[in-house]
Amino acid sequence: MTDLPASKVDLKSVISAPSRVDNSEGMSYLQSVPRRLVTLYLPLTIIVVVLLFPFYWMALTSVKPDEQLLDLDKYNPFWTWNPTFKHFHKLLFESYYPHWLWNTMYVAICATVLSIVASVFAAYAIVRLRYKGANLVGGLIFLAYLVPPSILFIPLATVVYQYGLFDSPLALILTYPTILIPFSTWLLMGYFKTIPFELEECALIDGASRWQILVKIVVPLAIPGLISAFIFCFTLCWNEFIYALTFLQSTSNKTVPVAIVNEFVDGDIYRWGSLMAGALAGSLPLVILYAFFVEHYVSAMTGAVKE
Amino acid sequence: MADVAIPRAKPQMSEASAWTQLKYNRNWLGFWFMVPAMAFLIFFLAYPLGLGIWLSFTDTRIGRVGHFIATENYEWLWDDSIFWLSVFNTLLYTFVASAFKFAIGLYLALLLNEHMPFKAMLRAMVLIPFIVPTVLSALAFWWIFDSQFSIISWSLKHLGLINQNINFLGDTTWARICVIFANVWRGVPFVAITLLAGLQTVSPSLYEAATLDGATRWQNFRYITYPLLTPIIAVVMTFSVLFTFTDFQLIWAMTRGGPVNATHLMATLSYQRAIIAGQLGEGAAISSAMIPFLLAAIMVSWFGLQRRKWQQGESND
Repeated sequence: MTDLPASKVDLKSVISAPSRVDNSEGMSYLQSVPRRLVTLYLPLTIIVVVLLFPFYWMALTSVKPDEQLLDLDKYNPFWTWNPTFKHFHKLLFESYYPHWLWNTMYVAICATVLSIVASVFAAYAIVRLRYKGANLVGGLIFLAYLVPPSILFIPLATVVYQYGLFDSPLALILTYPTILIPFSTWLLMGYFKTIPFELEECALIDGASRWQILVKIVVPLAIPGLISAFIFCFTLCWNEFIYALTFLQSTSNKTVPVAIVNEFVDGDIYRWGSLMAGALAGSLPLVILYAFFVEHYVSAMTGAVKE
Repeated sequence: MADVAIPRAKPQMSEASAWTQLKYNRNWLGFWFMVPAMAFLIFFLAYPLGLGIWLSFTDTRIGRVGHFIATENYEWLWDDSIFWLSVFNTLLYTFVASAFKFAIGLYLALLLNEHMPFKAMLRAMVLIPFIVPTVLSALAFWWIFDSQFSIISWSLKHLGLINQNINFLGDTTWARICVIFANVWRGVPFVAITLLAGLQTVSPSLYEAATLDGATRWQNFRYITYPLLTPIIAVVMTFSVLFTFTDFQLIWAMTRGGPVNATHLMATLSYQRAIIAGQLGEGAAISSAMIPFLLAAIMVSWFGLQRRKWQQGESND
């Protein structure tokens, strides 16, 4: 092979085992088993344990009784024999937590749907209509992707205030797309490019309008890309912090990340249990979603980088 | 090319009414399709970006319209030692965290690229820190680094390595180490999985050929893997640097800039000055001061992409 496909990343194969790599042992037979233990399994185990330990600790803390949390000498801190759901109970029935969860989900879904719709149009226009200046607009959208929220939140706060959106979920629904649209447009452009022109040409000859082509041909063929974009945008929304922190004020309107940081952190020395329970409950929906769509996640992540 | 619509549209163009032009002309159609996305990006991205720079030249406060005061905010910041401390912190945080993320991420990607049982599951697990909201994992770190009940202090004490609890987030040096560690922890999966995607495009036959020629494992890496990965490394690291540089949530959840401003980044300082203290103009000046650094990072990314074109020897469309 002389020409190396350096950038054509085989997305699916990153997580799901690719046939090329998995069926053969490759050159690994050159290494003895003890050597592999030291050079491969040992460092890998250490890294994975470090990466996953905070979650174990979060989960363990959230089911430990209070007295065991603070008395590290009498009980083994790494395990508990009498788990309690007290913290979760407190979370669900004595706080606004279900409310916050609902807010987060509502904002995330609305912002994601809005952004995906806008991105589908934009990506299709840039890739397939190729209007004058399409490449320039594509480049600008990529630049927009690189503008971080932390330099926008101050002026956006004044804008939100002027429009009378302060302390309303609508402020987040309208501002999150600025993070999501550049990303998902860029991702969808990549997917649309892979759809053969011939299909569209056929449809045009049969008298389809651009709208019909988009709805009946391009979008159905780009479903995997749409799922990737959707899930990734949803995660980004859920993860967003600084806008939610700045634009929302009343306790009941907050989203999970902001609410946990602001409402649960008080002087109470016994707060750790419910704090960790809150963090766990706020992460679980995303982890479950992730477990079902691992491949889409990875293709969204690598797809955005590769373009 | 997408010139499909042209042959049909062109002959009609001269006599087509304005309405048909709006409906069929490629440029007009493109414009209509771009409207939703552009509306969002102009009203909530481009306009605030300009407004932010304008605000940095005014003395706006929350609830009071500001007046143009030229560069007074910047002059004020120039003499502000806390501002310079935050610049130093941000640069330190970005460089150290990115270097570790790159080294560990690349190493992890190489490990995950090996043939082994449960490979798919391992790869899926590695990405979890990236999925979980940063603030929530930062809270877990806050608890892990607690001054009294830290599990790390406890373990080290029981191993006999230390006698007293380490005051992780209360000591300036330790606090910096802790936030950098948490940032690296969160960033490694992203770097590793994207580099892994790049690694899988490298043909195994190259390694076989090199090994037959007597190349060591290090030489395999240095002369095959690394050169082929350079383009994707450039892009991934630009993203990583950008998002580390403008990080806010992790610091806010773990230390809020303390102790004695040792972990204040420019983003957290601008939040503190603008929203908490109400000095919107000054806060805007701090966040505008980040723009030159971001531009530098984008330039690096740009040249990384240029180099990729050159390596592939084809136009990158």
